[in-house]
Amino acid sequence: MSAAKMLRTKIFPHTMLILFAFFFLFPFIWLVFTSLKSSNEIFELPPRILPASFQWSNYKAAFETVPFGHYMLNTLVICVLCIVGQLFASPLVAYSISRIPWAGSKIIFAIVLATMILPSQVQLIPQYIIFAKLGWVNTILPLTIGAFFGAPFYIFLLRQFLLGIPRELSEAAKMDGASELRIYSQIIMPTLKPALATVALFTFVGAYTDFMGPLIYLNDAAKWTLTLGLQGFQQDHGAQWEKLMAASTIMAIPMILLYFFGQKYYMQSGSAFTGFK
Amino acid sequence: MIETVSAAPPKRRRGWTRKEWHYFWLGLVFASPWIIGFLVFTVYPFFSSLYFSLTEYDLFNPPKWVGMDNYAAIMKDRNFYKSISNTLFMAFISVPVTLFSSLLIALLLNFKVKGIRYYRTIFYLPAVIPGVASALLWTWMLNPDFGLVNIFLRWAHLPDPAWLLDPRFTKPSLILMGLWGSGAGALIFLAALQGVPQTYYEAAQVDGANWWHRFWRITVPALSPIILFQLIMGLIGAFQIFTESYILAGGKSSGGALGGPGQSLLFYAVNLYQEAFINLKMGYASALAWILFVIVMLITLLVLKTSKRWVYYGGE
Repeated sequence: MSAAKMLRTKIFPHTMLILFAFFFLFPFIWLVFTSLKSSNEIFELPPRILPASFQWSNYKAAFETVPFGHYMLNTLVICVLCIVGQLFASPLVAYSISRIPWAGSKIIFAIVLATMILPSQVQLIPQYIIFAKLGWVNTILPLTIGAFFGAPFYIFLLRQFLLGIPRELSEAAKMDGASELRIYSQIIMPTLKPALATVALFTFVGAYTDFMGPLIYLNDAAKWTLTLGLQGFQQDHGAQWEKLMAASTIMAIPMILLYFFGQKYYMQSGSAFTGFK
Repeated sequence: MIETVSAAPPKRRRGWTRKEWHYFWLGLVFASPWIIGFLVFTVYPFFSSLYFSLTEYDLFNPPKWVGMDNYAAIMKDRNFYKSISNTLFMAFISVPVTLFSSLLIALLLNFKVKGIRYYRTIFYLPAVIPGVASALLWTWMLNPDFGLVNIFLRWAHLPDPAWLLDPRFTKPSLILMGLWGSGAGALIFLAALQGVPQTYYEAAQVDGANWWHRFWRITVPALSPIILFQLIMGLIGAFQIFTESYILAGGKSSGGALGGPGQSLLFYAVNLYQEAFINLKMGYASALAWILFVIVMLITLLVLKTSKRWVYYGGE
């Protein structure tokens, strides 16, 4: 290999990739290292990158100052309910618009796409008023009920997958006299598993990271989610960066674990859009 | 009117066979969760917010009809103009910058070198950190005295701004934070890049086209539908920026009002939240919501209209 080609195909790409990797990785490393430093050490100039000794007590202190375990539990309940709702509703709707030959399928698909660009703020206030009248403010119902009616993004994603499943698969079952519901639950749903996993994953991430929803609907600190708890912690202990970073790390860990174990599902969502024209 | 509709089925449907009716009901039943949700949580709120926008309503007393008063008051509201200009700054600067960065990262990740999988994992990692946590991390990173960014800038003998405490630098801080998470958009570009037929590049190379030409004549046109998609989503997203502003500005602790120093982080959605849920001016905030709706629709239509000139759809 010539020197010029070596430069173009190996050295240049690797240099650029390493530079960017540094930019993406370093703040993250800084987060973890700050969370393990002592309160004096974080204000040391020039700073040391590695903590002199790992202060695991910061994590203990964060848990003791704020009931993060409790917030985690509240968050998980919301996440699970949202996942159950989405897995019930979104595939049903996607099935209807992609595999049942009926007059409304095209119209519904068009409206589903249109609602994707509708800013949620437009409906926010009347929704709040409805939930307030129902007495649901300060409960998790406003944060979870919507999932049981499906979401445009997931309906779209599942539709893309369903279009890829050969028609013959359900035609054969239909010949044998299987009902549509049976075809749906026993033939289509099992083949849809990878896509359903993607929906579950993104629903979890969405509910876990949601801030505005809980901020509007959950007033009572006992019902707070992790995002609210973390924000409250910042409010009350703003300058204790080592503990704040410990709490942030705690909050980020489940997301990072999910990412490492479910990477292929993240990648799938990237390709779902490119197949659509 | 309702009676006549239910008494005589529409003529067009008379020709339907039993099978077609069967599928019609079946399709309707399967789609019913979304149809019900759409009516209850989208259509009804959509129109009732139009009604509320013409009233004065504080949740406790019944809504009082005020006609166009809310809209007239908005036109004279300093916060409204501040929030619009802040939001447009993000839409016209942050969105293109982030888009460009995503595209650049996608091109890097498209290099055929060893270990590219690991780079991909690292580049996407910041995008999975919850918004609240990453906003707190950057508040620390951008701390004027002890933040890593300024420590580096001082070491390099460059100016070290006060970032989140200086109204001129709060939005650039937000852009920096956005760039950190731009790996997510890159992944969508990457999937599209890998779908561009290799033969196009080979043919161009035979014709002697250089890297720059190949990029502008093949890569960009091939990616243009995805660029359009990300541009529209980014613009709509700009009008909904909330969490980052709320956290970076220190939440409610900053003297009661949201929006950070000099209201430099008072974005449209933040202003709307403040009017609705802190000042309890539901009618006024509904009017803001409708103005938001009109602006977003206009921008989307405008982008779609110009897109005919620069978006190429493959003939396959």
